[in-house]
Amino acid sequence: MSSRDVILGRIRDALALAPPVQQEIPREYRTGRAMPKGELEELLTDRLVDYKATVHPCEAAELPATVARVLREAGCKRVGVPAGLDDGWIADFDGEVVVDSPCVSAPQLDSLDGVVTGSRVACAETGTIFLDGSPDQGRRALTLVPDLHVCVVDLSAVEVNVPEALTRLVPERPTTMISGPSATSDIELQRVEGVHGPRNLHVVIVR
Amino acid sequence: MTRVALPSPAFPPRAPEGAGNLRGSESFPDAAHHELANSQLRRNISNATHTIREKRLQVTGELPDWEQLRDSGSAIKTDVMNRLPELLEQFEAAVTARGGVVHWAQDAVEANEIVAGLVRETGSEEVIKVKSMATQEIGLNEHLESEGIRAYETDLAELIVQLGHDTPSHILVPAIHRNRSEIREIFLNEMADVDPHLDDDPASLAAAARRFLRHKFMTTPVAISGTNFGIAETGTLGVVESEGNGRMCLTMPQTLITVMGIEKIIPTYADLEVFLQLLPRSSTGERMNPYTSMWTGVTPEDGPQSFHLVLLDNGRTAALADKIGREALNCIRCSACLNVCPVYERTGGHAYGSTYPGPIGAVLTPQLAGMHGSHDPNSSLPFASSLCGACFDACPVKIDIPSLLVELRHQKVEQAAFGSEAAAMRAASIAMSSSGKFTVAQKAAGLGRLIAGKKGKISALPPPLSGWTDARDIPKPPKQTFRQWWGSAEGQREIADARRQAHE
Repeated sequence: MSSRDVILGRIRDALALAPPVQQEIPREYRTGRAMPKGELEELLTDRLVDYKATVHPCEAAELPATVARVLREAGCKRVGVPAGLDDGWIADFDGEVVVDSPCVSAPQLDSLDGVVTGSRVACAETGTIFLDGSPDQGRRALTLVPDLHVCVVDLSAVEVNVPEALTRLVPERPTTMISGPSATSDIELQRVEGVHGPRNLHVVIVR
Repeated sequence: MTRVALPSPAFPPRAPEGAGNLRGSESFPDAAHHELANSQLRRNISNATHTIREKRLQVTGELPDWEQLRDSGSAIKTDVMNRLPELLEQFEAAVTARGGVVHWAQDAVEANEIVAGLVRETGSEEVIKVKSMATQEIGLNEHLESEGIRAYETDLAELIVQLGHDTPSHILVPAIHRNRSEIREIFLNEMADVDPHLDDDPASLAAAARRFLRHKFMTTPVAISGTNFGIAETGTLGVVESEGNGRMCLTMPQTLITVMGIEKIIPTYADLEVFLQLLPRSSTGERMNPYTSMWTGVTPEDGPQSFHLVLLDNGRTAALADKIGREALNCIRCSACLNVCPVYERTGGHAYGSTYPGPIGAVLTPQLAGMHGSHDPNSSLPFASSLCGACFDACPVKIDIPSLLVELRHQKVEQAAFGSEAAAMRAASIAMSSSGKFTVAQKAAGLGRLIAGKKGKISALPPPLSGWTDARDIPKPPKQTFRQWWGSAEGQREIADARRQAHE
């Protein structure tokens, strides 16, 4: 008998020895909440700043200039972008732009000064941004290896809390949730920003 | 007519002895005695638990629906245990459909063999590891080493524990018993190419770990992880972390091997809305942990192109076979119960002798690995608690840990029917069976005043009662029993006074 059959048999025996009581699942917690755009932006900004991310709000027309300014101020000369990123977003950046593809190696990613991507959805209540590998976000390694990540969040894709944000995701896509830059509290519980992921997270919120 | 008897269900086996880390070498009281002597450890742990406790209360207090989330989380996990066979089969089918390979392991020995075999097939002699309770439970690193495979822990705290040739002392912050100067010493002694001028600032130490592991992340072809949940509906797995070492391990290598306890299932993707709110807030006291990675099978051109999932029993089905005890399988490993426990706070995690310390460890460990008689260290775990109930209040999925501890104590006493406790209880039941015998027994108790002597305390009794007096003094018995007092003139006078006052 395979271990699979043995284990499933053991579970059935266990449930026969101690028959379960039918369990109803209460769902009284809050779902489907909405909030005016201004409040959403304020809440998301507050949470992101609390997580040591840097927030740059702008109007849609100001996006290329904002991205270019953030990259320039951070001293970035070579930045990576996913293949499906809107060219217009980085039109004002005067450095070198490397378009990612699966054949770009990890050490090549490591040599980039930063990366610019879009995002799928964000959750204001927790300050979380969800990346799901869509063409404007790229594969997971791209937003992981470079030390600086400029992430563009459109205010129309910001939800109040986790339940609302999850409804916008496609489960089968590889999904990364980020809440601020990499951090650890493993040494005497003192928070240190940046261990293995990007140590700098800049969020450009487009109104 | 032919009569065929259906096979009667058998009680599933516990985790095997001698494999993995579910049993210490000495009883909890003995181990606690050594640990209590370490004042540095007690200071570090007390500081950490108090800090996390306050953060947790602050962020759970922010949510007006916190109790409703706990109710849902508890009910979802109970429903999972009720429907485990069908959910596991659904999960297996979904993972397989997306290009993952599912393996089933009856116990630690089989799981270790499966993982070592999968690593050998890749030809690699090194693996990088995400912090994982399941692989710690089965002793995977030690097994891989015996097979000539070097496992590198990549979580900073696990790395500190591994380089320090030490064992974890907390579920969430495994190196919480170490302070910065100890960590600096470990790094200087154990890391190749470390800067000899390294100072003990946490930022410098974290940077040293970053340099040490960066090359490993880029070049090691195999990673091993645990998982925080497996979603039956979609075959999705998830790892919740902070540092990005998890993202690195789950993304950079060619092959990913994940070890998952069969109880980690949740039914639907939408159920994440409950657990992603409960887990980070209960665990680190954050609204959300910095990084969460979710993956389903294999994604072409993104991340590992070979994915293996090992589903682990190792005593979980034995826990499931106990109507009361199965509640412990609902645990989502947040460690909130550790941080509020007055016993854990003083002894630290090593005293529990198991991968799972603290209140949840005291119920989960004996259930997974059994309590084999009074000499088994696990038999002492249900008594490693004051039953104050703080753990029940803190648990995000409302596991009634105090009641489970009492049930395990009951089981242990039943097992040891001829032990000293049973003898004492038998004597008590004989004494209480008639008023004449009870009076005689009470008079005999007056002897205790002689033993107590002038200091008014009994501090040493012969075995088996020494177990009690080793840890505490017994106050001397009163001069007269309640019955003697009731029958005396003084007693009658006081009762008459009390009656009068009640009527006034």
